Amino acid sequence: MDSQAKKTTDTNAPITGAEIVIRCLNEEKVKFVFGYPGGAVLHIYDEIYKQNGFKHILVRHEQAAVHAADAYSRATGLVGVALVTSGPGATNAVTGIATAYMDSIPIVVISGQVPVPAIGMDAFQEVDMVGVTRPCVKHNFLVKDVKDIAATIKKAFYIAATGRPGPVVVDIPKDITAHLGDYFYPKSVEMRSYNPVLKGHSGQIKKAIKLLLEAKRPMIYTGGGLVLGDGAPELVKLARTLGYPVTSTLMGLGGYPASDPQFVGMLGMHGSYEANMAMQNCDVLIAVGARFDDRVIGDPKDFLSKKRTIIHIDVDPSSISKRVKVDVPIVGHVQSVLAEMNEALASEKTTNDISAWWKQIDEWRGVKSMVYQNSTTVIKPQYVIEKLWEVTKGDAYVTSDVGQHQMWAAQYYKFDKPRRWINSGGLGTMGVGLPYAMGCQFADKDAQVACVTGEGSIQMNIQELSTCAQYGLPIKVIMLNNRYLGMVRQWQEFFYENRYSESYMDSLPDFVKLAESYGHVGMKITNPADVEGALKEAFAKKDKFVFMDFITDQDENVFPMIAAGKGLSEMVLKKDNKERHED
Amino acid sequence: MKHIISILIENEAGALSRVAGLFSARGYNIESLTVAATEDATMSRMTIVTSGSDEVIEQIIKQLNKLIDVIKVLDLNDGKYIERELMLVKVKATAAFRDEMKRMCDIFRGRIIDVADGSFTIELTGSGTKLDAFIESLDKTAILETVRTGASGIGRGDRILKL
Repeated sequence: MDSQAKKTTDTNAPITGAEIVIRCLNEEKVKFVFGYPGGAVLHIYDEIYKQNGFKHILVRHEQAAVHAADAYSRATGLVGVALVTSGPGATNAVTGIATAYMDSIPIVVISGQVPVPAIGMDAFQEVDMVGVTRPCVKHNFLVKDVKDIAATIKKAFYIAATGRPGPVVVDIPKDITAHLGDYFYPKSVEMRSYNPVLKGHSGQIKKAIKLLLEAKRPMIYTGGGLVLGDGAPELVKLARTLGYPVTSTLMGLGGYPASDPQFVGMLGMHGSYEANMAMQNCDVLIAVGARFDDRVIGDPKDFLSKKRTIIHIDVDPSSISKRVKVDVPIVGHVQSVLAEMNEALASEKTTNDISAWWKQIDEWRGVKSMVYQNSTTVIKPQYVIEKLWEVTKGDAYVTSDVGQHQMWAAQYYKFDKPRRWINSGGLGTMGVGLPYAMGCQFADKDAQVACVTGEGSIQMNIQELSTCAQYGLPIKVIMLNNRYLGMVRQWQEFFYENRYSESYMDSLPDFVKLAESYGHVGMKITNPADVEGALKEAFAKKDKFVFMDFITDQDENVFPMIAAGKGLSEMVLKKDNKERHED
Repeated sequence: MKHIISILIENEAGALSRVAGLFSARGYNIESLTVAATEDATMSRMTIVTSGSDEVIEQIIKQLNKLIDVIKVLDLNDGKYIERELMLVKVKATAAFRDEMKRMCDIFRGRIIDVADGSFTIELTGSGTKLDAFIESLDKTAILETVRTGASGIGRGDRILKL
């Protein structure tokens, strides 16, 4: 073993592996463990019964446990923890783990395993969890000796939270949790094979600053890494010092205040015209914790058809020059690199005149790509989000599921703070919304938490209505019910000649009654005139879970749009509009 | 272009599958992969022969470095290196073939390590291309069986991959 961990002085009598697990979680100051019991973790659950160091949250499906732990982490920046049993408990957790992996969320998932002698025997509820999760974890461990539990859990938390964060699975066979062992928790971890870079290269930072100060058409492009690396305050400082335009990916929303005039909106497939045009036409681009993915720049060839100099700050070297060749790579923690840049800028003259560039951007803004035709007869989904923003004063935790409603929430709720917009950007997991809202509400019990969802997504984890009842979570579900899998229908309309194959949502439950049957408040809103009042009424119920079923326009589509595989210069602004190529 | 990548990795259960899984998950080629413990039993040394554009090779190196168990990665093609592979070939060695086989084996500096009634087993060491050349020069109908270890590589002179 490579860990030269220093032992603590705790040398009490030997305790069981299960008790060691609990003590380790207490050492990590874990407040909530989201989980579901089962055979292989019974020893651990027995210890949970006897302790009060953390609160165990009993979900109704293991997937939701991992999503809730994931959202808890997104909202707080702390490591989220989930606990599941072996076999089906473990495989149910996999979607949650993959979701966290794609968005680089630090969580530790402890899974039970069959006893060591039964491993490989096709035992009851056996699955090779380490094998199953290998492609979707930052790292995973199978603990085969009670002596290794504490050091492994220490490493798991360390690996999950440092460098580019990510999920870590610790698989513990049942017999190991019953064995007796001495308890010691290492104070620190040193691994010869894992030493994430923190500080950026000073020479590269100097080069970047020179480029930024000489830019004629500069652009700041921020992603989820900015939020996760807690770099938002430094970025705001940098952007304001320079006076340059800022755009953000879906994952980066809130990293720069959306209501600030320097913010040009979200970019990408459903981003604003001005953001995408500025991204395409800038001469110096600084990417901060973003990765030029297919939903952001589309076709790299189209992106590279324009010449620009790219600076890229990322903690993960493999994110740099992956899809787009970068000129000035800076590997380091965004917060530390941005702070160093701000320090350097303090002694520079920052009077670079880019008024011509702003004039151009204002022209693009004049296109008004984020508009919709409101109606007095049918509820427009965008209108609901606008009103949600007003009623919550832009200060709610907004979780979303995946689909049209997710894009509308991203487009129309102006996030001014980081860690408030909680969604599955990378994996695009339908069903995250409700468990994400649970994680946020546990993270901040007095906060307003809104789950923006659709009638398709909500049904993928609707069993969690029960968990919300058990813990009295005053979440507000904002369901945009268009009786379609909206995004699927939209693509079928555009690319499959209106053949709506299996995208219609039939046999929907009465969501109001369903909510009421759990003891929640249910509301059905069909009239545009009632939207604002209903939202106010719901958010006034500070201690109640309210399920709001908004019956919305079935035909509404998400615009603007860049079709999959197309480039930033090939945006479609409205229905029936041909692609708007730049002039 | 072909690249030989050397990896020092923790000698832990599952370490090999992390590397192999990375290559399959991201669609990288593996021409060969060899692995064994080093003089320090806590570490394994792996040699992977792969191919791809410069961008792909850059990503492969970065992705390998990202694996938690990987301690060091070196692209041997960045400098001078030596590559060796071991091959065992069982060939027909009936009366008419016997002398011919012995001669070919000598030319390639192989060794006959098993002699049976109708066959020889030849041991041959060298670069992959040398082993290919040997196979090429044999009459295909004479080859009964081949087994190759895949390449091992090491830097020349001062190029040392060590902790």
